Amino acid sequence: MQLTLEFGGGLELLCDSVKIHNVNVDPQNGTEKLIMKDLLSWVRTNLIKERPEMFMKEDSVRPGVLVLVNDCDWELSGQLDTTLEEKDVVVFISTLHGG
Amino acid sequence: MEEADGNGKSMKGRGRLCCICNKRRAALKRPKTLEQICRECFYEVFEEEIHQVIVENQLFKPGERIALGASGGKDSTVLAYVLSELNRRHNYGLDLFLLSVDEGITGYRDDSLETVKRNEIQYGLPLKIVSYKDLYGWTMDEIVKMIGLKNNCTFCGVFRRQALDRGAALLKVDKLATGHNADDIAETVLLNILRGDIARLSRCTSIITGEDGPIPRCKPFKYTYEKEIVMYAYFKRLDYFSTECIYSPNAYRGFVREFIKDLERIRPRAILDIIQSGEDFRISTSTKMPEQGTCERCGYISSQKWCKACVLLEGLNRGLPKLGIGRSRGLSDDRKKGIKENIGTKSIESKQCGTLDF
Repeated sequence: MQLTLEFGGGLELLCDSVKIHNVNVDPQNGTEKLIMKDLLSWVRTNLIKERPEMFMKEDSVRPGVLVLVNDCDWELSGQLDTTLEEKDVVVFISTLHGG
Repeated sequence: MEEADGNGKSMKGRGRLCCICNKRRAALKRPKTLEQICRECFYEVFEEEIHQVIVENQLFKPGERIALGASGGKDSTVLAYVLSELNRRHNYGLDLFLLSVDEGITGYRDDSLETVKRNEIQYGLPLKIVSYKDLYGWTMDEIVKMIGLKNNCTFCGVFRRQALDRGAALLKVDKLATGHNADDIAETVLLNILRGDIARLSRCTSIITGEDGPIPRCKPFKYTYEKEIVMYAYFKRLDYFSTECIYSPNAYRGFVREFIKDLERIRPRAILDIIQSGEDFRISTSTKMPEQGTCERCGYISSQKWCKACVLLEGLNRGLPKLGIGRSRGLSDDRKKGIKENIGTKSIESKQCGTLDF
């Protein structure tokens, strides 16, 4: 499944200072569906190069990291249970860096 | 659950409707009210609430010159954008200026100042930059070289506070507005409780401070959630800089910040409630409060004989950088002679950075 992932607000520093990543992520263990929970662990393994604790806490993003799926707050689409689809754009923005 | 439950595609395509206009697809959940609203209604309520805060608290008067503390970060960028918009829309009649401090931190402040310079052009606001080097003769790079990475945030915080006042005086402004948001203020309330700093606790929630001093400060974002500021900047594609200071260990404040974000996830109201608690504290009359005077050396407001910046600077210039740091190290001869020891309530020991000064 092709997805566009964007990191902002300082999170790009955790993945080689690259803001936009066009990636291919397959649904987990044989299921058809890819949900945000799976995507987060994929990102952690494949994109985050340093300080993963700045991005994640337990199995979700660290509080203070905003997530938008197709420019919509993931709090409206079920957060970790949000189902992803082909060509979705997922944006992660940290609010924790300086003001 | 009212989520997409398996039917993600149609749900996402359609989305839920904005609970204000009932027409457009909701784009975010407001932490303050838990309402689900669309982008357009979000812009409207976000700006309108800030306008109401400004009006109800009489933050500005027509004809005033106002400096906006500008770091190039999200809060000050949104502040500059929203205030210039509201100034036009509601005819505040204000002359707005951007005021930046150049601490002299290579690879951090020089980059963020580039953002402020772009903001100057984008928003058509004149920019003034004051530097530590010009004001104090030291850059933060030089200070860190001398004192190391311990206590450097103390120097930076004390110097920044004064630098903003000096810059504001040079611009001849009537007031300084800063981008401190609700999350920052809640954080500061908790920090002041943790430090037992009753003097700061009682003033850190004030929306206007220093009215008796030369340049009062105000915080138009006192009730504005950080989440909404970042969402606003993102949706409007505002140009801001977001790198952590290379010298900031940020440990103590970092814990409190994280704690507040954890609370917010469970109950977003917690942030406003902490501010409310800060406002409602009553300080017992037997508590000793520091008296405000002026620094004998530079004339800046100070509750001691010398202001903190002068004490720190004296230490740097004499090669005794520990001068003025902490309260538990005992009094050196220098301090006995010239400088009255901090009384408990005034100490800024281990005050961590976060570029927040109240």
